[in-house]
Amino acid sequence: MKKYFQNKRNRRGFREFLYILPFLILVAVFSYYPLYGWVYAFFDYKPPFPLSMDQFAGLKWFKSMVDNPVKLMQILRVLRNTFAMSGLSLLFSWFPMIFAVFLNEIKCVPFKKFVQTVTTLPNFISWVLVYSIAYCLLNSTGVVNSVLMNLGIIDSPQLFLQSGDHVWFKMWLWLTWKNAGWSAIMYIAAITGIDGELTEAAKVDGATRMQIIRHITIPSILPTYFVLVMLSLANFLSNGMEQYFVFENAFNKDSIQVLDLYVYNLAMGNGGYSLSTAISILKSVVSVLLLCCTNGISKLIRGEGFI
Amino acid sequence: MKRQKDVYTSKVKYKVSTTDRIISAITYIVYTIFAFVCVYPFYYIFINTISSNDLSQRGKVLFWPKELHFNNYKQVMQIPDLFMALKVSVERTVVGTLFTVVIAAFLGFMFTRETLWKRKLWYRFVAATMYFNAGIIPWFITMRNLHLTNNFWGYILPMAVQPFYIILCKTFVESVPKELQDAAEIDGAGTLRVFFSIIIPVIKPILATVAIFAAVAQWNAFQDTLLLVTDSKLYTLQFTLYQYINQASSLKALVNSSTSGANLAASLAHAQTATSIRMTVTIVVVTPIILVYPIFQRFFTKGIMIGAVKG
Repeated sequence: MKKYFQNKRNRRGFREFLYILPFLILVAVFSYYPLYGWVYAFFDYKPPFPLSMDQFAGLKWFKSMVDNPVKLMQILRVLRNTFAMSGLSLLFSWFPMIFAVFLNEIKCVPFKKFVQTVTTLPNFISWVLVYSIAYCLLNSTGVVNSVLMNLGIIDSPQLFLQSGDHVWFKMWLWLTWKNAGWSAIMYIAAITGIDGELTEAAKVDGATRMQIIRHITIPSILPTYFVLVMLSLANFLSNGMEQYFVFENAFNKDSIQVLDLYVYNLAMGNGGYSLSTAISILKSVVSVLLLCCTNGISKLIRGEGFI
Repeated sequence: MKRQKDVYTSKVKYKVSTTDRIISAITYIVYTIFAFVCVYPFYYIFINTISSNDLSQRGKVLFWPKELHFNNYKQVMQIPDLFMALKVSVERTVVGTLFTVVIAAFLGFMFTRETLWKRKLWYRFVAATMYFNAGIIPWFITMRNLHLTNNFWGYILPMAVQPFYIILCKTFVESVPKELQDAAEIDGAGTLRVFFSIIIPVIKPILATVAIFAAVAQWNAFQDTLLLVTDSKLYTLQFTLYQYINQASSLKALVNSSTSGANLAASLAHAQTATSIRMTVTIVVVTPIILVYPIFQRFFTKGIMIGAVKG
């Protein structure tokens, strides 16, 4: 050890380590130390008191998910919602790609720039703002109700947000409104990377626009699409909770609770810290497995993973 | 010779068939609709906040403002809660962005230093945190144990070290010629001197990108207030807006207190309603985003393309 520090270069290296040490501690505290909190899943944890050994509960909480029929029903419903929301996103994951492909076909550059600018904007506002916008547009005196009533399609104002109908689809619509333009940027970047000579050659050979899209543009950006689909598969169980939290109300509660929101509601609403931690542990394990699987598939098909 | 030149100067025209024309027309129409759907909500809320509240309440303001007035903004600015929330939001955005950017630049630079003791290990230690997450309950309990609940630093410290931004900076530093650093070191500059005098000026473009992304994330953050804060002095604008939308009762009281006092004389058309407050606050919260957005947009593709390179 002493010999190590006699080397000037090594001394410098160690000093540099000391410079970054505070930040490594931050990472350890906020990212690694919370993992220790997983032990709460094996205890009967009552929030204000510190953990003691006589509260040890073993696998009680994991078993209760399956043994208790009420809990089981709840969890199955939450899983159904999670699968439905993620499934819908996955089903329509081609939308941003097609959006980018046809946007690229627009010859009028200012219009193209304008569309790209305004469709990307919603990505940068928070879900609270999205909800507040939704509220302003859809409340009983909002624009949607006024227009529909003026056109005579409905007689009385409809409360679109306070209803349990088509919740999955509505959530998908808001998600798409917020994200589609942003996701398209990735594809636009990929399209810009296509070799111009390829398209020129096709044009010389008399290919129509649709033929160029089908045989050149789309095949060139499919790898990007593939990576993004794999990533969304890996995140299948994690829809995040913010969107569903802000849109949640008594009417749509049954069909809007996804796993992340359920874990939050369970702990913060009912003080079920231990059960909620147990569920999030299971979720993490499945997510890691999914990530490894999709990475493996990606390695098989493309020859390289994305981690 | 001339013909050959034509081929490569993209002068070659498509065979414009009728189908192509129809597709073109449809494309323009569809994208106009997309653009409208994204712009109109903001526009609609804005014109309603500057129109007569009475007309707005009856759903009469759809395409242009009617009976222009700015009372809503004047009155909303007088709500003490809101002003406090604005202050908290601005503070956390400024302080949080500063922390995130400086740390990303410094660690990004340090992880390129070959002299750094166990460099690879520490780099993996930080980068690995992108792929796992303990879940909100263990995280919340950790924060409570560290006394970061109801504490301004609870907004800043957990978001300070962001592996993704560190990787962005590291990639950028690696593209800077190594000779620059070597020359400074031969002249006797230490690690920190190299960082502040050589690296920071060179990597400014990527720092701008990181700063803007970090600032938007801080401004938009909502979940941490929800989990960590019960003290209304630390509520952010996002959280206050959420409360205004959801708690009709407290808003009613607010409306009453603001109309019963000095504004009793205000005509019915300008009297505030719950909806007018909500709309006005929405505009107040969204404005900073719309203002920085044009600057911001230049960095998108750059940021994404660098991010696509594996760290």
